[in-house]
Amino acid sequence: MTNKPIIKVENLVKKFGNFVANDHLNFEVYEGEIFGFLGANGAGKTTAIRILCGLSTPTSGNLNVAGFDIYKQTELIKRNIGYMSQKFSLYENLTLKENIRFYAGIYGLSSKEINKRMDNLLETLKIGDLRDKLIGSLPLGWKQKLAFSVAIFHRPRIVFLDEPTGGVDPITRRQFWDLIYQAANDGITIFVTTHYMDEAEYCDRVSIMVDGRIEALDTPAGLKKTYKVSNMDEVFLKLARAS
Amino acid sequence: MKQFLGFIKKEFYHIFRDPRTLLVLFGIPVAQLLIFGYVVTTEVKNISVAILDRSKDDVTREITQKIIESDYFTLTQNLQSDTQIEEVFKTGNIKEVIVFEPNFAQKLGRDGTAQIQLIADASDANTANLIVNYTSAIISDYVQKQNKLQLMPMQIKPEVRMVFNESLQSVYMFVPGTMALILMLVSAMMTSISIAREKELGTMEVLLVSPLKPAQIIIGKVIPYVALAFINAVTIIVLGNLIFGMPVNGSLTLLLAESLLFISLALSLGILISTIAKTQQVAMFISLFALMLPTIMLSGFIFPIENMPVVLQMISHIMPPKYFIIIIKNIMIKGTGFGFVWKETLVLIAMMMVFILLSVKKFKIRLQ
Repeated sequence: MTNKPIIKVENLVKKFGNFVANDHLNFEVYEGEIFGFLGANGAGKTTAIRILCGLSTPTSGNLNVAGFDIYKQTELIKRNIGYMSQKFSLYENLTLKENIRFYAGIYGLSSKEINKRMDNLLETLKIGDLRDKLIGSLPLGWKQKLAFSVAIFHRPRIVFLDEPTGGVDPITRRQFWDLIYQAANDGITIFVTTHYMDEAEYCDRVSIMVDGRIEALDTPAGLKKTYKVSNMDEVFLKLARAS
Repeated sequence: MKQFLGFIKKEFYHIFRDPRTLLVLFGIPVAQLLIFGYVVTTEVKNISVAILDRSKDDVTREITQKIIESDYFTLTQNLQSDTQIEEVFKTGNIKEVIVFEPNFAQKLGRDGTAQIQLIADASDANTANLIVNYTSAIISDYVQKQNKLQLMPMQIKPEVRMVFNESLQSVYMFVPGTMALILMLVSAMMTSISIAREKELGTMEVLLVSPLKPAQIIIGKVIPYVALAFINAVTIIVLGNLIFGMPVNGSLTLLLAESLLFISLALSLGILISTIAKTQQVAMFISLFALMLPTIMLSGFIFPIENMPVVLQMISHIMPPKYFIIIIKNIMIKGTGFGFVWKETLVLIAMMMVFILLSVKKFKIRLQ
């Protein structure tokens, strides 16, 4: 992890009619870090993540993702990011191999490169025998892990994870975070939203959003110290109640 | 381009691995063609009739013979009295009773006039009308032949000719209609459902985050359906010809080109529907009710537009299938060339442009 910012957000405002979903957000995400983006339902997390991914345009503000301007260089940003939504995003009636080939293909990877990386991936996860299985026939835990592996298959500089572990059992969640650490080790910046406060502890830094504003941004240890509590759960409750 | 081909390949995997999709794509068109072919028919054949002959002379026997000899009627019962008439209508499947008055031949010879009463079961009004017309025609034919022997003082004889469909076959009506219906359904419904499915599953977002452009995603999704709908169009033309004897009197190339235009229009409509519908169910619902019913009712497929109330006539003008049916009827039946259908073709092109523009606009709003 370096202190070089890879995402720069200045005064991000997003309005839907009169409703302000993102109210002057300011933050930076450093290259290689795991950045937790926390907040209650409806606090504006998904809106912000959608803007950073280019799925939505901001009302105003200066945004820079992976060194590119979000208004003018959307195409370049898209080549450098990965995205995994809270909805499971592999195709159920395609096999694992076909899913990988498809997603890697739309990022323009060559067949040779795809095969090489696929062999690597299957070996690392020890799932060579799942290669020709339809995704629909796999257990949810595996699907989730595979969706993540596919989201970083084209080796993006940043991967955005929007509540990636929703509806998954604790063991699988733990395994999922092992994959996240692995990716972070490989130099991929992780931008993750979550509901689970234990997961917040795994992040290098977390921001907490309340009603469209970022109320706190620090390391988990720093936040606990500031609010004089023993865990992230209490930090979150203190901030959310204060509003 | 390679990315794009990969995308189309993926679409085909979806289609060929989903039995329901396959059924809708290939089962329904054939089934519908056959169903419409055998059900939507304005011809009557082998209608059961009963005869109450109160005279039983040579003339009545001859007329009866003529009626039975035609393909249209089967003599099911000979009645003996008036009271039986109501009974046979209620119990049997008899559609018409023919009553000769007493002393038929005698009266005809003496007064030059005799009465036949035709009583038809009008619980199905159209059929009743047809049956009565056929029977009258057979009877007057008989009378005319008899009259040839004598000289008539004056006679006007209209000679009727039904051009383009000499024998008034109903295939001429339903093959173009079925084709419009099926292309509309397959193209618009299947694309709107398949795009809505990606939205519902969340894969659409992943695609939008990828370097693929929105236009590429949409085009990649519709191309497989263009191909499949085109196969359907060819299937209908071939089946219509082989099974029902529907001719293609005009240029086959023009017919296929116009079909391709209509398919593209239906696809653009499907895309528009998918920008509104968030789930597959909604997409299917809109497609069925907004497309299928108007295509059947208001396009001139089954019911003549000229007979509709003015309001419905105006609505029928904005129904794309109406123009397509006019075009293909012209090409298939009348054998006319592009010179006679260019206006309708332009209307279809214009409608397609409108749908595409609306979809692009809707799509952008959604991204905001």
